[in-house]
Amino acid sequence: MEASEHLFRHEAGRMVATLTRIFGTHNIALAEDVVQDAFCRAFEVWKVRGVPENPSAWLMATAKNRAIDALRRERTARTFEPELSRLIQSEWTLAPGVEELFSENAIKDDLLRMMFSCCHPRLGEEAQIALMLNILCGFSVGEVAGAFVSTSFAIEKRISRAKRVLASSKKLFDVSAGVEFSSRLPAVQRALYLLFNEGYHGASSESAVRADLCREAMRLTAILIEHPQGATPATYALAALMHFDAARLPTRTDSSGNLSSLFDQNRSRWDSHLIAEGQRLLDLSATGPDLTEYHLEAAIAWVHATAGKTESTNWGHIVSLYDKLMTIRRSPVVALNRAIALGQLEGPVRGLEEILAITDRDRLTTYPFYYAALGEFQYRIGRYDRAREQFLKALKLARNPMERNFLEARFHACERAVQSNENLK
Amino acid sequence: MSEFVFLYRGGSRDGSPAEMQQVMQKWMNWLKELGDKGHIKDQGQPLERSGKLVKGKQKTVTDGPFAEAKDIVGGYTLIEARDLDQAAELSKGCPILERDGAVEVRPVMKLSM
Repeated sequence: MEASEHLFRHEAGRMVATLTRIFGTHNIALAEDVVQDAFCRAFEVWKVRGVPENPSAWLMATAKNRAIDALRRERTARTFEPELSRLIQSEWTLAPGVEELFSENAIKDDLLRMMFSCCHPRLGEEAQIALMLNILCGFSVGEVAGAFVSTSFAIEKRISRAKRVLASSKKLFDVSAGVEFSSRLPAVQRALYLLFNEGYHGASSESAVRADLCREAMRLTAILIEHPQGATPATYALAALMHFDAARLPTRTDSSGNLSSLFDQNRSRWDSHLIAEGQRLLDLSATGPDLTEYHLEAAIAWVHATAGKTESTNWGHIVSLYDKLMTIRRSPVVALNRAIALGQLEGPVRGLEEILAITDRDRLTTYPFYYAALGEFQYRIGRYDRAREQFLKALKLARNPMERNFLEARFHACERAVQSNENLK
Repeated sequence: MSEFVFLYRGGSRDGSPAEMQQVMQKWMNWLKELGDKGHIKDQGQPLERSGKLVKGKQKTVTDGPFAEAKDIVGGYTLIEARDLDQAAELSKGCPILERDGAVEVRPVMKLSM
């Protein structure tokens, strides 16, 4: 049997979550050691004997046996939860007790517990996402650093600080406590949203890394939806948004790996299954009075995903959705996107005015696509020299080769236009 | 055809889950290719890294590990090859070589000699 693509990574998340529940959050390092050990065994045995019929069960059983060994070894050296401490006092209760802690029913919600634990209110959003990637998704520090285009040192610091905060809570988050669940849910949704965005718009130049982040965010969102209290209209809307965006993921870059704007994408290559699933989720999100930013962003993505051609996009609808989004969660980037949509609807002069009217647009001056949008409208008006200037500014802010190539191509298009204008004179 | 034992020594056991899975896949591919070409007599077994060492007339028993971690035998495979050179050549595809490990290639002594 072949191992499925991300088997080890995904199982690592599940196993660390379960062992952390059992050992307590302050013993997360022990949990990680036990999991590493279980993987070493899997590695040694499977490479010769092949992957077993049910690799997840094999790994979990191995983790369980390793956990029993670790508890036997560490029972006097470490502190455990009173309940577990009592169980490991005697060999009579140790193995059956641990067996019980690993029962299917007991491990069912462990990933969710860990997900909520990672979104601890004392942690910043970036730390929450890094922690999720490290613990739940099985990315090493180096791999998280690669995804964030940061140094391993910086990420190591961020993750170990986050783990100390996690440890301070002693126990994993209790997902059966109704009020606490609901009050932490928005933070979890936000972290999943940002994780997806890191993949979709993030700085990493490797499209495989980016697609991985998007897929992980979708996988974790699906786990959230499986929990009755997690399946709120906002979660459905968030999942719908991810599906619509993911449907367009294969065309975000062209055949030579260059970034391709929404207008140039080959729409026949958008994934129709993901769009259909997104539509189903969007329907499920419309079951209450809630209208969240996820609803609006999903609706915007839906309009794009279902327009056969750029020209047939219902820009009026998109502008009105952005108007609503501005009242719920205003940010300069939302304002910029609204201005771009308005420019599509009413022409480049209007679009340009609208961008220049963004009150806090000074906060966009490190964002390459702010200058790119200005350049694009100038270009359409026919002011090629001004457009060229804007694309040059954008180019200097490009975060990876993909963005650089895209902006360079636009810059050269402006240059050619300037040249041919001068030739006409 | 002669028989040879590949002894796998050392080899890093660190790595992220994704890396470990990748290396495992390389092992499986390598062993499959050897098998498909009829070079595997017995695919062998992985060995635990710990054990006991029994030594000397005193028969003193000590706990492992017995050697530097980089020298510990982690498993073996029984190989069929034309000669020692070919066996050594076959071992060059072993993924352990990319992870600070070594393959010791030892001819099995022939009875008829």
